[in-house]
Amino acid sequence: MNGVHDMGGMHGMGPIVREENEPVFHHDWEGRVLALNLAAGALGEWNIDMSRHARERMPAAQYLAASYYEKWLYGLELLLVERGLLTREEVETGRARGGASGKRVLRAADVEKVLTEGRGFKLPDDGAPPRFKPGDRVVARNIHPTGHTRLPRYARGKRGVIDRDHGVFICADANAQGLGPKPQHLYSVRFPARELWGAGASPRDAVYVDLWDDHLDPA
Amino acid sequence: MSDHHEHEHDHDHPGEPGSPLADTDLRVRALESLLVEKGLVDPAALDALIDAYETKVGPRNGARVVARAWVDPAYRARLLADAKSAIAELGYQGRGGEEIMALENTPKIHNVVVCTLCSCYPWPVLGLPPVWYKSAPYRSRAVLDPRGVLREFGLELPPHVEVRVWDSTSEMRYLVLPERPEGTEGMGEAELAELVTRDSMIGVARVKSPGKGGRR
Repeated sequence: MNGVHDMGGMHGMGPIVREENEPVFHHDWEGRVLALNLAAGALGEWNIDMSRHARERMPAAQYLAASYYEKWLYGLELLLVERGLLTREEVETGRARGGASGKRVLRAADVEKVLTEGRGFKLPDDGAPPRFKPGDRVVARNIHPTGHTRLPRYARGKRGVIDRDHGVFICADANAQGLGPKPQHLYSVRFPARELWGAGASPRDAVYVDLWDDHLDPA
Repeated sequence: MSDHHEHEHDHDHPGEPGSPLADTDLRVRALESLLVEKGLVDPAALDALIDAYETKVGPRNGARVVARAWVDPAYRARLLADAKSAIAELGYQGRGGEEIMALENTPKIHNVVVCTLCSCYPWPVLGLPPVWYKSAPYRSRAVLDPRGVLREFGLELPPHVEVRVWDSTSEMRYLVLPERPEGTEGMGEAELAELVTRDSMIGVARVKSPGKGGRR
């Protein structure tokens, strides 16, 4: 979706504000929101791409004003309601209706294992043939899907070169819609800064974007 | 709020009534209670997750990787060829960095990492990202004006250096291998790791020579 989350190339967002000796969490609730997301995610009711899309669906004005963990809270509430694990009324009142779910939940004893093992986004290399090889000239598709996409607006319609083939990965755009992994090659595509931003950009510089076969055509 | 004491204090003093923080704090507590009551999360697991990111996973992990690469040419070669395996040799892997690539900074090439679409970051080696990395100013401008952004961080790159910006749009995550600074020839691995900053592994800073001060 052409949301405000897709902000690469925008002006007017202000200076970059840094904090010396920044704590991991600024408030206790931030840590709880992170942990609730990871623990609820372990229920297997949604995948990471659905989580990202849920956060992207925060209304634009609210998204720009929200902190990172406020976005994570918004996305989690949305997914819990959409999956029927909670009702909107329960979220807004904080009062539970109905009994326990009986689902298998993430236990403290399994946390270290879950964090260490991670998730399998990379699939066997024979899962799909590559459409491109390093050195191939490509153009990013000019697409504007209303759902989730990892092809940023600033790269659409722009020409680049395949820098490397990362192998076969779950396609995030399809996965976010619940269409399954749609295995395909993921590439690092090099876009010259001048192709993206015009003659005012440095002639030497480049932006590398990770894009899937579904995002690219031969140039 | 900048230190751990104030942060722990929050639990007793959720903020001024009616403030957005108080509302969010209460809302999160209510959500947690609901999920516990519904049997959807185990509060002990939440504590364990928070503890992992507050005490175990952080930029010290990445600093050890960088220092090893500086002192051990064979390790450096493995890191650049297959970062996932080389990083796992030191015991770092998994969530938020299932796939990972190392980008070597040289006198001619400077790499810097951003996630314009959300806030993807190599968690196993750098921990959770700082607020500025997740903020609209960094996400919007790092791809458009990387030299201007680096200047804001106090890093002025000469025109002959090629700047490569890596937009983390997939589950492949990027760790910058900064240049080893001058004046560190006699230093051991542990001492070198102390010099390596989080920002240098994102690519918004260089590692400073010892004695020149300033780490972040």
